[in-house]
Amino acid sequence: MSDHADDVTAEPADAPRAVFHVEDLRVYYGDFRAVTDVSMDVHDNEITAMIGPSGCGKSTVLRCFNRMNDLIPGARVEGRLDYHSIPLYDHKVDPVEVRRRIGMVFQKPNPFPKSIYDNVAYGPRVAGNKKGLDDLVEQSLRKAALWDEVKDRLKNSAMGLSGGQQQRLCIARAIAVSPDVLLMDEPCSALDPIATALIEELMVEIKEDYTIIIVTHNMQQAARVSDRTAFFTAEVDPNTEQRTGLLVEYAPTDAIFSNPQDERTENYVTGRFG
Amino acid sequence: MAEPISLETLSGSSRRHLNESAVKAVMAVAATVSLAISALIVFSLVREAWVFITEVEWSTVWGSSWAPRLGRYDLKTLVVGSLLVTIIAMAVSGPIGLGAAIYLSEYASVRVRKVLKPTLEILAGIPSVVLGFFALQWISPNVIQRLFDGTSQFNLAAAGLGVGILTIPLMSSIAEDALKAVPNSLREASAGLGARKVTTTIQVILPAAVSGLVAAFIVTVSRAIGETMVVFIAAGGGGNNAQFTLSPLDSGSTMTAAMAAQASGTDSVVGEALTFQSLFFVGLVLFVITLSLNIVADRFVRRVRTRY
Repeated sequence: MSDHADDVTAEPADAPRAVFHVEDLRVYYGDFRAVTDVSMDVHDNEITAMIGPSGCGKSTVLRCFNRMNDLIPGARVEGRLDYHSIPLYDHKVDPVEVRRRIGMVFQKPNPFPKSIYDNVAYGPRVAGNKKGLDDLVEQSLRKAALWDEVKDRLKNSAMGLSGGQQQRLCIARAIAVSPDVLLMDEPCSALDPIATALIEELMVEIKEDYTIIIVTHNMQQAARVSDRTAFFTAEVDPNTEQRTGLLVEYAPTDAIFSNPQDERTENYVTGRFG
Repeated sequence: MAEPISLETLSGSSRRHLNESAVKAVMAVAATVSLAISALIVFSLVREAWVFITEVEWSTVWGSSWAPRLGRYDLKTLVVGSLLVTIIAMAVSGPIGLGAAIYLSEYASVRVRKVLKPTLEILAGIPSVVLGFFALQWISPNVIQRLFDGTSQFNLAAAGLGVGILTIPLMSSIAEDALKAVPNSLREASAGLGARKVTTTIQVILPAAVSGLVAAFIVTVSRAIGETMVVFIAAGGGGNNAQFTLSPLDSGSTMTAAMAAQASGTDSVVGEALTFQSLFFVGLVLFVITLSLNIVADRFVRRVRTRY
């Protein structure tokens, strides 16, 4: 389904592997500036982690990548956000087409109150793909390491699965539309350590096929799975007392954790944030 | 150092305990009174209806007209009349109410909602007697008589349309609650998979809210069956002599309108010996119908609540 082969030709030679090119991105909710000063390149077949304290705007930025912020009344995005060199917020871009290529997994598992099969088949059906669904559902569930647990009860309601299984189902559902990018918004925060380990393992496995951006509160998780890490923090305007998130440092994960350049990053990753 | 803790310090003040039980008693009385009143109503209904059931000549309960003062108690005249009015009413308020609910819950911007919701509530506040005259004076001549030449100004169809308009706000407000109860995370999940809003609404939101929507429909049916004034004014059955009919274009009467007709005027109990009791019999039938509908609706509402 993803026909971005055409887009590759449009890429400039100096950024061969950048899936997203972000420059001076700012997000507003009405008059309130939620995030500012975000500039980063997201690379192909890598896991990019976004970490930082609560309210630093990392989820807000993540939701810019598939134009999910469009669903929030009053949300406005300024600055440059290119997807394969195409400005994502160009007025000609249809967010529905964007979301078919850039999938999302949410913080809380949110399966539809439908059968396991129908959950996975939902995306392909919506995209008009009605043939070979059985194979597609199986492949997607296998990739999400859920197939063996559910293969005998595909017609059962997804609501009957455990939290960890539901989250893997949501990953299978996102994979089923063969996206180019997978956005994950704290996908393990509602899960126990065993389910978390399973999902992390899964992410590392599937990054061969996808570009993954993950927002996480868990620094160890970022250190374990990601190739690059972006550290966000929030600054409080002394006059209005409004918190605005900003990107402090973006570098290979090793560098962020072992040799941070910014004092704020160092304080956060060493647990001295305050 | 804090002072040592004894059993006394942990037992609290006795005045507060007394206050607490007094408040509890007052609330319990209030709850009991409303329960007792309901029980009394049902009791008086059943008592008079029982007189009718035991004393009536049952051949008069199956005939061709409802004319209690003439000793004709054809119940099916009224039940079919209620059915016709309710079907027509639901054909109006079902789709319009559901459409309004979907628009308000899924599409309307905050600004539009701010205007539309209070407007719907104003519609709900119109007294049914006003709608009754609207049905008789406007709907009947301008819609029914224009469409179907030679129809009497008093007809069940006009009454049904009136009841339909009357019940739109009820339908839309309960249906909207059901749609709003569907968590936003499902809308995001669907949008995140590249579904358009129409697809999300039809494939995800409506199925997820289906029990609440069915409940909305049943509660509205129950309200439409119970509606009295609009039918009393616009259907023209008169209550004293309603002929059995299957055509909504005829004059007719419903269970409620027949009861109101009998109860009005100074000669309300004059006539055949069982006229007065027949009202309670019809009332009991109506009560059983609406009670069963409400129980079914309640089941559906409960299913919505336990879903997520």
